Amino acid sequence: MVEIIIAAGIKVIFVLAAVLTGCAYATYMERKVVGHLQHRIGPSYAGPYGLLQPIADAVKLMFKEDIVPDKVERATFALAPLVSFIPALLTFAVVPFGKDNTVFGYDVKMVLSDLNIGILFVFAITSLGVYGIVLAGWSSGSKYSLMGGIRSSAQMISYEVSYGLSIIGVLLIANTLSLRELVEQQASDSIWFFSNWFIFKQPLGCLLYVTCAIAETNRLPFDLPEAESELVAGYHTEYSSMRFAMFFIGEYANMIAVSAVGATLFCGGWQGPFVNEIPFIGIFWLALKVFVFMFVYIWLRGTLPRFRYDQLMNFGWKVLLPLALLNTMVTGLFVVMGWF
Amino acid sequence: MITLSAYVIVAIVLFGIGTIGVLISRNLIILFMSVELMLNAANLTLIAFSRAMNVLDGHVFVFLVLTIAAAEAAVGLAMVITLFRNRETINIDRYDLLKW
Amino acid sequence: MNLDTLIFIISAVVAVFGGTMMIAQRNPVLSVMYLILSLVAQAVLYVQLGALFLGAILIIVYSGAILVLFLFVIMLLNLRGTEDLGHGSQPISRFTKFVLSILFVFELIAVVKTGFIRSESPIGMMTTVAEDFGSVKAVATLLFTKYVYPFELAGILLLAAIVGAVVMTRDSQRGDSLRIGSAPDSQAPDIEQETGGEQ
Repeated sequence: MVEIIIAAGIKVIFVLAAVLTGCAYATYMERKVVGHLQHRIGPSYAGPYGLLQPIADAVKLMFKEDIVPDKVERATFALAPLVSFIPALLTFAVVPFGKDNTVFGYDVKMVLSDLNIGILFVFAITSLGVYGIVLAGWSSGSKYSLMGGIRSSAQMISYEVSYGLSIIGVLLIANTLSLRELVEQQASDSIWFFSNWFIFKQPLGCLLYVTCAIAETNRLPFDLPEAESELVAGYHTEYSSMRFAMFFIGEYANMIAVSAVGATLFCGGWQGPFVNEIPFIGIFWLALKVFVFMFVYIWLRGTLPRFRYDQLMNFGWKVLLPLALLNTMVTGLFVVMGWF
Repeated sequence: MITLSAYVIVAIVLFGIGTIGVLISRNLIILFMSVELMLNAANLTLIAFSRAMNVLDGHVFVFLVLTIAAAEAAVGLAMVITLFRNRETINIDRYDLLKW
Repeated sequence: MNLDTLIFIISAVVAVFGGTMMIAQRNPVLSVMYLILSLVAQAVLYVQLGALFLGAILIIVYSGAILVLFLFVIMLLNLRGTEDLGHGSQPISRFTKFVLSILFVFELIAVVKTGFIRSESPIGMMTTVAEDFGSVKAVATLLFTKYVYPFELAGILLLAAIVGAVVMTRDSQRGDSLRIGSAPDSQAPDIEQETGGEQ
């Protein structure tokens, strides 16, 4: 019993440390990549190639004054950053990150919790994340924040539908909701190690997933809740210091979470060459795939202008939703006819 | 092992809270949420009985109740918006036009 | 007291606490938050009863869709908790209603306690269930065989609800529903078409 708790604790600490470090360096990566996309070089002073920049940022944010404006509703104002931060981290509880190994004589499952409804858990937790933004917008007592919160709630309702429908194709093919089994079904021993990835059976589903995931994480071109050219900073206008930092880390943790889930669903998760020969290499493959997803997000951010609000709604309801339904229908037909 | 009646009592208490909310709340939105709470109390009994009798039919009922709750919320909130647009209040005691 | 009982007691208390706070709040936004707390606790109870699938669905449907919609409406109408709703006409006093509700609860509990589900009777105790009880496959099999007609009818109900909601919120003068996502392009000034990226 004690051993189980210790093993689980070690895994939790490992995953949390990896995700938080990932968040810190995602900010660095974003600034570097966007910098180069815009013919700048990005951060370069702190450390070699600016590699210490995230640490400098963290120290700066920690020592800033925590300003609580007059008109805020204090309880919800304090609660909002936590509500947006914690669900983002909880997602990683069900993402498998490697082949099961034996370490010091113990069998170690390389997943924190192997739920047989894993993907539903991910969606339930993701749906809780929106409350952080909405609450922040509501309790700030500022019109810009309120606008950001309203936009966010409308955007979440609209895109959650397509987000849920986009993965149904994969679930129909795989016939399971457990993320571990989903990854195992994408294994392949041949030299074409990627031949069983669901992205080849579900290209449209993957595209829809990525689009909706960007909208769900409020990233450009769907970042209307924090559109700084119209709303100052949207829902986190009134936040400063560590509370702002929590929103900031929460956003990046969300990005990493949707990337990890996307990689697990469509790109084979931790599967890759040599997973059976070298222990723990699954972690590397998963990290690599997450990196690619993150790069695509940042690339899109550096390329596309922001949607107007009515364009956002039209796109969500009149383009994404019909496409997602079509994808579900066609996949269902293929599965019934046994063409997969 | 927790007995069936423990779950049913929790459900009853939740249902009672929902009833109180519906009866004494003057805020239309909170009244609506109380109705949702009552629906969920009913769901909890369905699932508890389903577990006690080892049949899954209760789960199907809960599934259907959740669908109905979603439909009810959509229509209800549309009504709230229309009412607010006409009367500029969400105090249900002010919606007394039919008494005249 | 084992872990199962502890989890039951905690989640039952949280569910009841959330519900109570929900109806005791003046601020509708806080009300919504307490309802979410109550629902999450109820989802834990579902999981304890073996309804893993429905527990997840409860959270997805309620906190993912229904309560976000509630929050959206609250924020759209800008209902702050500070404003006084005032007193309307109340034929029966609120205290009477409160007492009646409490009596109602006690009556129901008395029915349960004295009635047919005593813990020693055959259905009062929880039976041991199969491994896949409440799994997606088991629920779906039942849903698509025995209950396929109610399932289809639920789909029609949802369609009716969509049509109803759209018709009701449509403003007959302006012809568009609340102007959410349907701003005609002729009225949108060019200033709104911001394209600046974050620096």
